[in-house]
Amino acid sequence: MTTPTHCPYCALQCGTAVAPSGEVTPRQFPTNRGGLCQKGWTAGSLLGHPERLTTPLLRPARAAPLGPVSWDAALGHVAQQLVRLRATHGPDSVAVFGGGGLTNEKSYLLGKFARVALGTSQIDYNGRFCMSSAAVAGNRAFGIDRGLSFPVTDLDDAEVVLLAGANVAETMPPLLGHLGGAQLVVVDPRRTPTAERAIASGGLHLQPVPGTDLVLALGMLHAAVADGRLDTDYLTARTSGLEETWRVAARWWPERAERVCGVAAADMRAAVGLLAGAQRRYVLTARGAEQHAHGVDTVTAWINLSLALGLPGRPGSGFGTITGQGNGQGGREHGQKADQLPGYRRIDDPASRAHIASVWGVDAAALPGPGRSATELLDALGRPGGPRALLVFGSNPLVSAPDATAVAQRLAALELLVVADFLPGETALAADVVLPVAQWAEEEGTLTNLEGRVLRRRRALDPPPGVRTDLEVISGLARRLGASGFPAEPERVFDELRAASAGGPADYAGISYARLDAGEALHWPCPGPDHPGTPRMFLSRFAHSDGRARLVPVDPPAAAEPPDAEFPLRATTGRVLVHYQSGVQTRRIDELAAIVPESFVEVHPDTAARAGLADGEWARVVSRRGSVLARVRCVPSLRIDTVFLPFHFGGEQTANRVTNPALDPLSRMPEFKVAAVQLIPTRECVTVLEHCYALTGAEYLR
Amino acid sequence: MRRRVVVVGYGMVGARFAEEVRRRDPDGTRVALTVLGMEDRPAYNRVLLSTVLAGGLTPQAVQMHDVGWAAEHRVDVRTGVAVIRIDRRRRVVHAADGTAVPYDDLVLATGSRAWLPPVVGLADPPRLAPGTTPTRARRYPDSRRPGPGVAVFRDLDDCARILDMARPGARLAVVGGGLLGLEAARGLAGRGVEVTLVHPCEHLMERQLDAGAGAVLAAVVGKLGIALRMGAGATAWAPGTGLTCDDGAMLDVDGVIVAAGVYAETGLAADAGIDVDRGVLVDDRLATSAPRVYAVGDCAQHAAAPAGLVQPGWEQAAVLADLLTDHDPAARYRGTRAVTRLKARDVDLAVVGDGLAGEDATDPETELLRFTDARRGRYASLALRDDLVVGGIVIGFPDAAATLIQLHDSGQPAPADRLALLFGRALPGEAAPTSDPGRLPAAAVVCRCNTVTKGALVSAWRAGATDAAALRRATRAGTGCGSCVDTVAGICDWLAGADPDPPAALVGVPGGHEEEGAA
Repeated sequence: MTTPTHCPYCALQCGTAVAPSGEVTPRQFPTNRGGLCQKGWTAGSLLGHPERLTTPLLRPARAAPLGPVSWDAALGHVAQQLVRLRATHGPDSVAVFGGGGLTNEKSYLLGKFARVALGTSQIDYNGRFCMSSAAVAGNRAFGIDRGLSFPVTDLDDAEVVLLAGANVAETMPPLLGHLGGAQLVVVDPRRTPTAERAIASGGLHLQPVPGTDLVLALGMLHAAVADGRLDTDYLTARTSGLEETWRVAARWWPERAERVCGVAAADMRAAVGLLAGAQRRYVLTARGAEQHAHGVDTVTAWINLSLALGLPGRPGSGFGTITGQGNGQGGREHGQKADQLPGYRRIDDPASRAHIASVWGVDAAALPGPGRSATELLDALGRPGGPRALLVFGSNPLVSAPDATAVAQRLAALELLVVADFLPGETALAADVVLPVAQWAEEEGTLTNLEGRVLRRRRALDPPPGVRTDLEVISGLARRLGASGFPAEPERVFDELRAASAGGPADYAGISYARLDAGEALHWPCPGPDHPGTPRMFLSRFAHSDGRARLVPVDPPAAAEPPDAEFPLRATTGRVLVHYQSGVQTRRIDELAAIVPESFVEVHPDTAARAGLADGEWARVVSRRGSVLARVRCVPSLRIDTVFLPFHFGGEQTANRVTNPALDPLSRMPEFKVAAVQLIPTRECVTVLEHCYALTGAEYLR
Repeated sequence: MRRRVVVVGYGMVGARFAEEVRRRDPDGTRVALTVLGMEDRPAYNRVLLSTVLAGGLTPQAVQMHDVGWAAEHRVDVRTGVAVIRIDRRRRVVHAADGTAVPYDDLVLATGSRAWLPPVVGLADPPRLAPGTTPTRARRYPDSRRPGPGVAVFRDLDDCARILDMARPGARLAVVGGGLLGLEAARGLAGRGVEVTLVHPCEHLMERQLDAGAGAVLAAVVGKLGIALRMGAGATAWAPGTGLTCDDGAMLDVDGVIVAAGVYAETGLAADAGIDVDRGVLVDDRLATSAPRVYAVGDCAQHAAAPAGLVQPGWEQAAVLADLLTDHDPAARYRGTRAVTRLKARDVDLAVVGDGLAGEDATDPETELLRFTDARRGRYASLALRDDLVVGGIVIGFPDAAATLIQLHDSGQPAPADRLALLFGRALPGEAAPTSDPGRLPAAAVVCRCNTVTKGALVSAWRAGATDAAALRRATRAGTGCGSCVDTVAGICDWLAGADPDPPAALVGVPGGHEEEGAA
């Protein structure tokens, strides 16, 4: 007897079945249609992993090792410290850091916990590193932010799909099954497997200099105008802002854009021609477009192009952003974001505050205002006026946040670091208190996938003895802090979430466990129990009050960190197929670790040779902020000015040691995708490898 | 006290300078800005005029500023104002309409003017514009106006005039085979005009191209329906009769477009006693020989700025805005690397750096790469010194053009794979996929989503998974994105064909030696 649920990893949320043994098999579901990538197939092997955390751990003093304690002792210690800090330094001395992999219920309860039980404004989450630029751009253009405004299966009939900064062949393999019939145009500085698919499909691989995608999109918009490709009827009827937007794009004729972004002007025209020449076409963006200090504007530039060609809100065509983490969509809707309340409400909007306060039974005036964004929150830790305690759920910021060396320093400056995790990840090992929590197959809940469809996660087996769910942890902590209204039962939390989201942009009011369990496919907004949900948005109007989508003029800024003589290369970061996020899970799965056991740096052979390096040798990739140890992979298709690092590794191999914490002015997204670096040979690999991999289990605990 | 900055010229560079100033001083607290434009319309993007001519853009679309731009940005823009004199002593500029505008700093952005060759009939008889001194008219004889049936190609009015002449089926001559002449000819040909390009030199774009490139370009242009008359100078134009050339030919055309080059508009500066050569001489601060007078764009002459391109002017505008707003008093303009890109549909031509650098084949320091494929309209010539690109000409290799431009701009060493550099792509061969399963190495990953190698499939087949479904179950191959399903089926067929009695006969599986060490 197996339990139908969904894969724990990416936002495609492939349908899977879990056996009592924990074995995972794919099942028929619209997003994956019986397919599964290697990460999904092996996901069950962590359920009984020897390194699984099964008892709370506590460090009696900052310099002391972690040691096992009871739940009572752990939670009691945490509550006591939080109360002390709050009394001495005020509620904002305690901060919360969530994650885009947490269920809707956890995201919701964590946000409520921060605002009500802790009274702090200081809550944000790792989705800030993931979807924030796309979210701002989507809201700005369409008046609402849902990753895909149409079901994934609509892509099956696409003739042409442009993927900007999306390597779905590795990050979301079964999605490619929906793109099999389309010519692909892939925008990526690297010849990724997705780019290879584009070429095989008769499409194009556009290979811009990292950080110049915005210029490329402007050049393409220019080509669309000059080549007579505008959908003028659509633009007149359904949009505003073309004229102002054109004034900027007019200055980026393809030959000028080419000089900056390195993509041939002819290819820009050809790509526009492909998109304009088809009936059913899509533009999809992902982290490659978004993870920049000008990520919002870059996504906006792709939206502008989509609107110019008449794609969004047209049956069979559209614009979308491919959500990353498992609950990257739901996770950004229910209040773990510094500036938001449940239902995708703004925390600085009086009506939203009043509604949420009434659901929570508190005074609206008592709700804190907007807090710091993730990068700024981490940077403030332990500084005067900054938080002195941090509670982390579903995240590993020591590996996933930019400028990792600085993050480690900030975490070390805390008086209290609490991490809830099920494996000893890097951040957990740095904590004062570690709380062992249940895994995906051991709990109930809901997630919202990349198409805005709410899915049920089901309990297939019991958590190991000694392990609690995140909801139980939050509930228990709230109780110890004297706060009521924090149930630990997922369905009760979800029902409260429904009421809280009612009337908001992301309205879940009509979605219930019963409807989901009965097999209904419900996409938000779903305002009532009889409402069928909204699989396709924007068909008749966009969500702005005038019903029109906005083209917004965007102009490329100067690069945050241009290469120079000392740091002549551009490092960009990304993913490999067999690893997920910071790698805490996938690095511990033997079958996956055997394929990519260690970090590597992709380098053009000439660039490697100039640095005195050969394929297979170890190198240090050094930026102004820190350095990463990685094994050289010579890749002839790479640009000579670019190196690539996967960010799935910790310790000396943490790619984010080199990344730049420069932030997007609107989304506060860090500049993950470009950093100026140099490449130097090294002989230190062996010791470091021992450090990274030889330690296991109890040894981590010192 | 706000600094009063007056800009003479509301073209691409003058307008850009105003934007750059306001980007640094948005509220106008530091700089009071006045822009005087001779044309009676807001600034527009001259680079796009060839696209207007070709029909891609309307005249409105090339306008740089919306109507409300000036007021919104607190810039006193006055159009239709021709400045006729600079009074350096009193720091005032005088306009033809009698107004006088005082300045603390003066920026000359007067651009350039189309040159009319001294050919009978091309220009109206000399006629002095109001305020023009006789001296100036003598020094710049080409301030003459085009004669009947003649147009130059410099501004929007010229564009309108040409489009009036360019009815489908019209016969027009374009005089001048440089960048602008070619773009004009291409645009007109695209509109159904019968175009003859008359060029006095032996090949097209002779200032940028070597003879080989010129010949290939001629072939490309010829295929686009443009008749070429090379080595022929126009000697006389008579409306209704035609254009006479010095090779004796008489072209029976309805009109003539002159694109014979431009000269910097330096008259104002020269009259004010400011040092002028081909343009107004400027240093790295864009300062002229006169205190408080600067020059940017086409009218300026800087030692390291190529002429006739907009990029240097825009870079100069940013530097000068840094200086005059005190945003960055250390800002300097050090020059712009020359990149020439022809904007003509179906002609992909780029000249990077010194296109003629490879001409001196005797220079042992220079590495020269050259490829000619005239029949297919492709040409590439590349000169390198110490692995750095010093010059290149590419026709018909758009990817190579994009890469070369970036190598040249960034000063990065060129890749060792010179063929890939020349052609813009690595040549296939290193890992060409094979459709023959027998030739696929055992370590080749067949299913990427699940990291299944051919070796693993063969092992599974030998262990009894002898059809595609069984292989899929045993190895998970094809269960990710599904794109390898055909390959897996092919391997299955190949195994079955080679060994019809599976799995008993395990010996003799083709490629059996390849399995060693397979995953």
